[in-house]
Amino acid sequence: MQPFEYASPKTLKEALALLGAGWGDAAVLAGGTDLLSLMKDNVMAPKRLVNVKEIPELKGITKTGAGVRIGAAVTVDELASNALIRASFPALLAAAQGISSMQMRNMGTVGGDLCQRPRCWYFRAGFGLLPTHEGKNLVAEGDSRYHAILGAGPAHFVSASSFGPALIALGAKVKIASAKGTREVEAAKFFVAPQNSETREVALQPNEILTEIVVPVSAAKNATYEIRQKDALDWPLATASVSLTMKGTAVGSARIVLGHVGPTPFDADGAAKWLAGKTITVETAEAAGKAAVESAKPLKDNAYKVQMAAVAVKRALLAAAGVKA
Amino acid sequence: MPEYRWPDMSKRKVMGQRFSRLDGVEKSSGRAKYSSDLNKPGMLHAVLVTSPHAHAKVRSIDTSAAEKHPGVAAVRVIAPAGTEIQWAGWEVAIIAANTELAARDAAAKVKVEYDVLEHFVREADLKKVKTRAKPAGEQVEGDPEMAAKQADVVSEGYYGIPVLTHCCLETHGNVVQWTPDNKVEFNPSTQSVTSIRGDLARLLSVPAANIHVHQDHVGGGFGSKFQPDRWGLESSQLSKQAGGRPVKIFLDRATELVIGGIRPSGFANIKVGAKKDGTITLWESESWATGGIGGGGSPPIPYVFTKIPNRRQSHSAVSTNTAPSRAWRAPNHQQACYLTCAPLEDLAAKLKMDPVELLIKNAGLTARPDTYVRQLKKAAELSEWSKLWHPRGDAGKGSIRRGLGVGAGTWGGAGHDSTARVTIHPDGTVEVELGSQDLGTGTRTIIAQVAAESLGLRVQDVRVKIGDTNYPPSGTSGGSTTVGGVSSSTRKASLNALEKLYIEVAEALGAPADQLTVAEGKVLVKDNPAKSLPWKAACQKLGVKTISETGSNVPAQAAREGLNTGGVGGVQIADVSVDIETGVVKMNRLVAVQDMGLVINPKTAESQIFGACIMSICGALMEERITDEITGRVLNADMEFYKLAGIKDIGEIVVHLDITEENDKRGVIGLGEPPAVPGIAAISNAVANAIGLRVPTVPMTPMHVLNALAGRKS
Ligand SMILES: Cc1cc2nc3c(=O)[nH]c(=O)nc-3n(C[C@H](O)[C@H](O)[C@H](O)COP(=O)(O)OP(=O)(O)OC[C@H]3O[C@@H](n4cnc5c(N)ncnc54)[C@H](O)[C@@H]3O)c2cc1C
Repeated sequence: MQPFEYASPKTLKEALALLGAGWGDAAVLAGGTDLLSLMKDNVMAPKRLVNVKEIPELKGITKTGAGVRIGAAVTVDELASNALIRASFPALLAAAQGISSMQMRNMGTVGGDLCQRPRCWYFRAGFGLLPTHEGKNLVAEGDSRYHAILGAGPAHFVSASSFGPALIALGAKVKIASAKGTREVEAAKFFVAPQNSETREVALQPNEILTEIVVPVSAAKNATYEIRQKDALDWPLATASVSLTMKGTAVGSARIVLGHVGPTPFDADGAAKWLAGKTITVETAEAAGKAAVESAKPLKDNAYKVQMAAVAVKRALLAAAGVKA
Repeated sequence: MPEYRWPDMSKRKVMGQRFSRLDGVEKSSGRAKYSSDLNKPGMLHAVLVTSPHAHAKVRSIDTSAAEKHPGVAAVRVIAPAGTEIQWAGWEVAIIAANTELAARDAAAKVKVEYDVLEHFVREADLKKVKTRAKPAGEQVEGDPEMAAKQADVVSEGYYGIPVLTHCCLETHGNVVQWTPDNKVEFNPSTQSVTSIRGDLARLLSVPAANIHVHQDHVGGGFGSKFQPDRWGLESSQLSKQAGGRPVKIFLDRATELVIGGIRPSGFANIKVGAKKDGTITLWESESWATGGIGGGGSPPIPYVFTKIPNRRQSHSAVSTNTAPSRAWRAPNHQQACYLTCAPLEDLAAKLKMDPVELLIKNAGLTARPDTYVRQLKKAAELSEWSKLWHPRGDAGKGSIRRGLGVGAGTWGGAGHDSTARVTIHPDGTVEVELGSQDLGTGTRTIIAQVAAESLGLRVQDVRVKIGDTNYPPSGTSGGSTTVGGVSSSTRKASLNALEKLYIEVAEALGAPADQLTVAEGKVLVKDNPAKSLPWKAACQKLGVKTISETGSNVPAQAAREGLNTGGVGGVQIADVSVDIETGVVKMNRLVAVQDMGLVINPKTAESQIFGACIMSICGALMEERITDEITGRVLNADMEFYKLAGIKDIGEIVVHLDITEENDKRGVIGLGEPPAVPGIAAISNAVANAIGLRVPTVPMTPMHVLNALAGRKS
């Protein structure tokens, strides 16, 4: 780990002033559960850490006109135990509960979850986001068992955030602040698949802070289904978050978002459209699951994830609709 | 000479009782000090520089910038120019600095130029192994051609069990101080306090008498912590170079998983044949395995059912550019067990026969037919086999399929060389000293039980001191030899000391020394128990004398004395549920029936079996070292993708200790390794039973399960 400067500002303004123009100048420190391991492995070496856990604007979960506002520095545990979240957003709750280590839930934050870096083993070993070695594409030619099956472009890591798919399915927006002001981005647009190794996986600039997430409250039924090997702390192999706006007993409109299968959460638009007007049954859920992975292009080692992702969609839909398999 | 035999089972007071580990509270409260917890005044921290290449020649190495780094006290080159590196993680240089951070930063400044050579790191596919395999020659027994022709049923398959790592919670390392008076103080994390001193003496050229080794606890070894290791020797040299400042080195997690020890793999194409009635007649195997650059790892197959009449076996040791293997809790046995019990289960499926019946039917092919038959029946009973087992693939229609499977194992486990010293002080306090170590198995506790039993005292009356070369030599804790060794030596030393005490108190009790005995904290006259002295009062008769007597377990004599022996069988049955849509396997239950000798402490014995079962669950479902063909490195040298079970992943573990008068008469037999053998095979067989086909390679991760179900090659 390289030596760094540490700052713990009390206001957002101060915090923003402490950030720099480049990623190497400063990094936002929330729970540190991801950042510190990256620093210890010398994958990231920011010159300054700016702790954001003391900033009031980043705290708390409140009800506003636009929906439920979640401060970026809210911990996973606070999120999972919050009554507003529990009442309206089972999709988000399941994603939080999936992070099954108490230590992780106590330290990790919602903002940190959304901004965490990929777990790709080549990236973590210092080969970069689009890793190559002696001219070879490491993911394509190396071991790709945990990599992407969906998403065009050169990036094959999987977006690690479980909150991302849930928030996208729920139609959430994230707020981002910089010294120049604030902007609002749809959760779906917050995740970007990098086209080259210099860009990031999220729509943040080095001088910006994610301050809050706003999730609209609606009558939509929602759920997340995660496929994990272990019950102990482990990464999901595939997840699906869905939200269903019902018209009578049929689906009016749907949102189906897959996690851990592409460099960004994968919005299965086609499958969602197909579902409109249909009743959720085991058959329709299964068909929607298959449709969701239609464009999958598995790598050498991860064909198995295609079926998994389809099953995750099926089970999420059944859970949201309350249909027993 | 006293009669050393164990007291009759029915007469024992302390042995056979369920004592919790004496150091349990200390450990679970974090107060126990492991060597990696030690911090000495003026201590330096050492860090290794290792090779990122799996095969390379060092062209040049320049440590000048590292030497100038603030806080650096000593630097040593381990792999000078010209060294041929054979695996990623090979030690190239070592640096000692005031802080670990300074040492790490300095390590990053060591400039090494390599000529990178071609490497080979993945051995699962025999076609790709090519010139890296050294065939050991074919062994033929009987007439396999004829047997193949005559067999009613022949089953063929490919099976594989990968390299996994020891993954010790306390990584490998030591604190060492080599002072200018040529004395060495060594605090390792080791499975062999006594012998590591001799190794150091030889490798450092320091008189053994100048070396003192001390260790209170070990955070896991599993067979990987016998030697001082390269980092142990190099850190000693750093201490000397730094004028005798203590130096601490403990491998970081990534390095631990790469060079801290691995279990060899085992792969095979196997053909087995039988008559319609299930009599096994044929075994043919073409096996290969790697244990690193030296090849290594030859699983003894067919395993347990060794007497299959017609056999053809060939094995190749595959050299890979990976760090060398070390003994791993029952070396070669999990591999052999899996490579035997899985094909036999496949054979049973083809025969449409209950696999437990198949094993019972063929028990005559084992060295312990009665034991295995009894155990198979017991395990079947405890796992509700007759209710829950179904023919392969007959697990119903839903996405969750349940299945049961069986595995059988064997092990030795006779006691090692061990000397104990028992000291009885005039104030009645008792010390037992051995240069042994407690790997977390409860060695301290059982030593106290044996001494207390032998001296007629309670466990809390005995002070056990181990982990120090100032105590009498005791063997390496490997091969499940510790419990037999230390219990026998403690027994003998206790009785030798007692004999001396009897002489001192004979007069006071008005009876000859050979008529005295001990019970319930008293020394008393055998035929006249009313005549007695409380232990403390008896010891006071020593005046200013202290009794200090040794006793030794000598393996060649142990069988005759009847204190310890070796040779056990074991059977495990796994009960799993497989989600065939996701490939996720969940453990419902693992039943372990363990053949054993005299059980000193049923609680610690059970703990051993629990631990062994958990390791088997990890090995069957999760653990695997994953190497990268392109970079030659280990991809999962962390606790994130090197997956281990958590408490919720384990299911129910049912342990049946075969505590019987008959087994008891065999004396003490080691238990560390035998229960770690059958689980992997049992779990794989249970999955096959559940989903209707074999997942050919473990660990049965969702990937491998779904690939097998889809007919895809993993
Ligand atoms: C073994 C393991 C299993 C896990 N399993 C899961 C899982 O199943 N699902 C899942 O979603 N997560 C999982 N996690 C990840 C965990 O949830 C994240 O590490 C955690 O949420 C990150 O939060 P943090 O506050 O600690 O982030 P930090 O480590 O503090 O930060 C992470 C990154 O985000 C940036 N950042 C943080 N906050 C902000 C902000 N407000 N504005 C701008 N940038 C910011 C930091 O600069 C840094 O780059 C797992 C982690 C581990 C180690």
